[in-house]
Amino acid sequence: MSGRGDNYDPKQVAVLSEEAVEEMVADALAAFEAAGSVAELKAARAAHTGEKSPLALANREIGALPPQARKETGRRIGQARGRVNQALAARQEVVSAAELDQRLVAEAVDVTLPMDLHPAGAIHPITGLIDLMSDVFVAMGWEIAEGPEVEAEWLNFDALNIHADHPARGTTDTLFVDPIENHQLLRTHTSPVQIRSLLDRPLPVYVVCPGKVYRADEFDATHVPVFHQIEGLCVDKGITMANLKGTLDHLATSMFGDIRTRLRPNYFPFTEPSAEMDLECFVCHGESVGNPERPCRTCRSEGWIEWGGCGVVNPRVLAAAGVDPDVYSGFAFGMGIERTLMFRNNAADMRDMVEGDIRFSRSLKGEAR
Amino acid sequence: MRAPMSWISEHAALPAGLTGWQLGDALIGAGLEVEAVDSVGGEISGPLVIGRVVDFVEEPQKNGKTIRWCHVDCGAEHAPEKAPEPLREGETPAPNVRGIVCGASNFAPGDHVVVALPGTTLPGGFAIASRKTYGHVSDGMICAEDELGIGDDHSGIMVLGDTDDAGRPWTLGVDALDALGVRDDVLDMPVTTDMGYCLSIRGLAREAAQALDVAFTDPVALVTPAPTSSGYPVRLETPGCPLFVALTVTGVDPDAQTPSWMTRRLVAAGMRPIALSVDISNYVMLETGQPNHCYDADALTGPIVVRQADEGEKLVTLDGVERALDPADLVIADDSGAIGLAGVMGGEATELREDTTSIVIEAASFDPVTIARTSRRHKLSSEASRRFERTVDQGAAYAAAHRVADLLVTLAGGTIAAEETVAGEVHALPSGRMDAGLPARILGMDVSAERVVEILRRSGVEVTVDGDALALQPPTWRPDLRDPYDYVEEVGTKVGLEHLPSVVPMAPTGHGYTSEQTLRRALNRALAANGFSEVLSFPFSSDEERAKLGLPSDDRSVRLANPLAETAPLLRRSLLPGLFAAVHRNVSRGNDDLALYEAGRVFEAKSREAAPLPGVERRPSDEELAAIEEALPDQPRHLAVVLTGDWVTGGWSGRTVSADWRVALAFADLAADALGLQLTRTAADQMPWHPGRCARLSVGGTVVGYAGELHPRVVAAFGLPERTAAAELDLDLLVSLFAGRGSIAPVSGFPVAKEDIALIVDASVPVASLAQAVSEGAGNLLEAVMVFDIYTGAPVPEGKKSVAFALRFRAPDRTLKEAEVTAARDAAVKAASDRFGAVLRSA
Repeated sequence: MSGRGDNYDPKQVAVLSEEAVEEMVADALAAFEAAGSVAELKAARAAHTGEKSPLALANREIGALPPQARKETGRRIGQARGRVNQALAARQEVVSAAELDQRLVAEAVDVTLPMDLHPAGAIHPITGLIDLMSDVFVAMGWEIAEGPEVEAEWLNFDALNIHADHPARGTTDTLFVDPIENHQLLRTHTSPVQIRSLLDRPLPVYVVCPGKVYRADEFDATHVPVFHQIEGLCVDKGITMANLKGTLDHLATSMFGDIRTRLRPNYFPFTEPSAEMDLECFVCHGESVGNPERPCRTCRSEGWIEWGGCGVVNPRVLAAAGVDPDVYSGFAFGMGIERTLMFRNNAADMRDMVEGDIRFSRSLKGEAR
Repeated sequence: MRAPMSWISEHAALPAGLTGWQLGDALIGAGLEVEAVDSVGGEISGPLVIGRVVDFVEEPQKNGKTIRWCHVDCGAEHAPEKAPEPLREGETPAPNVRGIVCGASNFAPGDHVVVALPGTTLPGGFAIASRKTYGHVSDGMICAEDELGIGDDHSGIMVLGDTDDAGRPWTLGVDALDALGVRDDVLDMPVTTDMGYCLSIRGLAREAAQALDVAFTDPVALVTPAPTSSGYPVRLETPGCPLFVALTVTGVDPDAQTPSWMTRRLVAAGMRPIALSVDISNYVMLETGQPNHCYDADALTGPIVVRQADEGEKLVTLDGVERALDPADLVIADDSGAIGLAGVMGGEATELREDTTSIVIEAASFDPVTIARTSRRHKLSSEASRRFERTVDQGAAYAAAHRVADLLVTLAGGTIAAEETVAGEVHALPSGRMDAGLPARILGMDVSAERVVEILRRSGVEVTVDGDALALQPPTWRPDLRDPYDYVEEVGTKVGLEHLPSVVPMAPTGHGYTSEQTLRRALNRALAANGFSEVLSFPFSSDEERAKLGLPSDDRSVRLANPLAETAPLLRRSLLPGLFAAVHRNVSRGNDDLALYEAGRVFEAKSREAAPLPGVERRPSDEELAAIEEALPDQPRHLAVVLTGDWVTGGWSGRTVSADWRVALAFADLAADALGLQLTRTAADQMPWHPGRCARLSVGGTVVGYAGELHPRVVAAFGLPERTAAAELDLDLLVSLFAGRGSIAPVSGFPVAKEDIALIVDASVPVASLAQAVSEGAGNLLEAVMVFDIYTGAPVPEGKKSVAFALRFRAPDRTLKEAEVTAARDAAVKAASDRFGAVLRSA
């Protein structure tokens, strides 16, 4: 190696010759090209761009050149190193991309495998439907009233204008707490909550009362002795039966979408006038009526399905709860939640709703919607 | 009530071509239910014709039966292509006859019969074809009533009278259903308690006529005369019988038969034909709604008396049952004692006999409540009691008695005695008043005062207009018209509820869900979102079930007087047995991995007092309302879970986690967390849990429930899978402890400092207590503490355990210095050491 200040002819410094530099570059590029992995490329980089690489060594020789030759040689070496570094970077990109590709292939999993999270839980469809129906009323400004399931006979019957001799008050229909003379029973409807609401709340009253009710009923596909109702009560000045119809139409639309309804006169002791709220049969849309060729099991070829009872609150009921019927009027209605679930989600057998089979609970994937 | 449309049309001028369903729709609009419209004869198709039996021979068979090989003339139109084989050798069959084999023997040559020719289909899809049987080709079938669906008689084939109902001779070969006039639609209608007047053709025809706006002819046209006692002597000794009409008919032919038209209507209406006079009595009841009774006059001794039953009195009713009467029962009696249970069922002793020729007809009125109670007391419901319970029109009694007498005379001869008895009188129903504008106001639709008056008058109400008010006198058959709102209903029904506008009322601003309701919903959703599935169960239980839970019986269970099942007479005090039953059902169906929960009420008696029954005229007093609340049992909502099988099924990855006591504890934590609460757990020995694997759960010293693995004895007693775990909390109590809406602490942006310590303590020290000591010792720089390892075994001494904690420190306002962190960590160790003798485990 030449010493600093030595006076050499650049042509005599072989390593700085144009041919030599070109060769170094070619060697480097060839080495990079030959490197097939990040590790090999790392070695090639050290050999051709490191401190001991030919180009680095050649660079050091520049100082030995006469000043007039340094500029030209320095530019040549600089360009050569630039080309080598560029090639290195390009090769690095190619090699690491190829390596990543290999890794990605190697790391592939079977995405169709079942995942072992713990299984989803669910709100019971009945609870979900109660919430859904409650939401409809809360959105209208109504409130949700609740009451006990073991109820006083007075609240369940007398206050609702159901006389002592009414068959529903017999032990064949109603489950009584022992002894019967204590006048306590398992409520047969959520109507006592309506009376409680009138007794407890300031007027006007707009409440719905969802909850569990009990009947000494048979246990089959369409009857269970313990089931759920949602009842509504509106008592205000100037309330009419047209308001009842408006409210129920809104509920029906909220629950079932565009559907025809009808009010059919009926009798209940606690409402006068009383009616039954019918929905047009979802299955036959009335086409089975009087058409033996096309019977409909869903509506028994009647064209309509009974949804719930309703009517204008009997003034006797208002009076028993201390509301002046000359000033206030109201309406009330009640639907079975189980029946609604049957219509809305095609549940075929009411027994499934109370037997606790986890598959039934999960059947709506979480809750009613 | 089953009502043949043909019968209704006798009293209502129904439009021509009206179908049964159209009539049904009109009646539905009037407040009746129509369960079905049965088409009599509608199921029959093909050639069902009138024929005449020309002759037959009897042929005994090997099976003991004797058949008749008949020649039947069904008219030239239906003559067979080939004459049948002769009845007797060498004879020539008469022209047109068909050969038919018949199993019945109640007919004679020359009788007219109904013949189903080949190609006919009878009810039930029974197709008739020509076929070989008993050695002959039977070219059709001679029909019995039940085979045609027009009666229930199968004692023999239908033998027609000499002429049709109109007295015309039969024409052979004509359509039998037309000729017999049996084609009819029968409406099947349950009748609500307020519409007793529709338990009659009369009432239905009136409603139909009003709904369709056509003429109505009242079958009850006779006006009840003033009381008279010239007929059979009657004495009324009770206010429970305000009216009693007695008519006598003598010289009745006991052999007279019920005509087929009457039989058909009775059958269509669902009644069984018995004998002429009984059939007439039933027929008139169906027509007028007035139950009535025929006594054998010769079996009566002394005057008829209506009175309360005597103590210890007995009566054998027509159904052959001897009944011990109650003094509250009303009886019909004569000198021999009770001869009938008034308004419910007659007695056997005065029943009409096959040779009865003198009949006393009773048509009376009885108090509805008395009849209802008697019917319930004796568990005896009859067509009569069903009507009297709903109130029968007093104005119909006299006319009905005469209708029975007239039919007897027409169909069985005899004479109606001129002397008749009318004891008591027809009482007008209470009158009412109503503002003429009330119907429009309550219905919310436009109904003018004139329209109101017109509608009510058509319903039989006497209306006197008095300014804006209407004075109203309901007709005797409408006891349901009592209050002004009853008249509103009548107007609404007759206008038609389909004309009501649909108007949503504007509720005042509401408060939405209450805090408790919101919390319960949030909790429910949190549980479901975390893998627990809600189920619903029946809340019935028993002392035996309590014993299986390892809990003592006491007197705080609420007992039912009439439980659905004698084996479950109590109301539940725990949700667990219901969930156990659900586990059972699931496991038996192959659902082994279960995390089932229920939120529902449990019941515990708090007093044995009766709940008062205040009056209904006004609001009960505050004392009465308080007494009601005091008498009712406590019925708080509980929340419970049962766990069995896998919580996570590892499957291919093998990371199975079983649904054990840990998950039960996690369930409770989750429930509390949904309310912003943190549970404190302490070891507890509490049935039905495993004494070593049960946590008492509390919030700030208030116990809210228990969780853990079930006691092996309970698991065995209920037949549950091994190691079933459960938790039960008082949900209402938990919700009442709601932590409040909470406040949001500033989030520190300064770095965290982490320190791990391992402490050696006695194995019996609860980790939660140790963690609490560490936490309290570490002071307020401590952000979080987590247990990350628990180790026993060498080099940890016997009887000790090493518990490793990861501590995270952070200050809200600065980066912590190393010395601060070390000091806090040392303080934590010291607190654990002071409280539990903990020793820091060297690394």
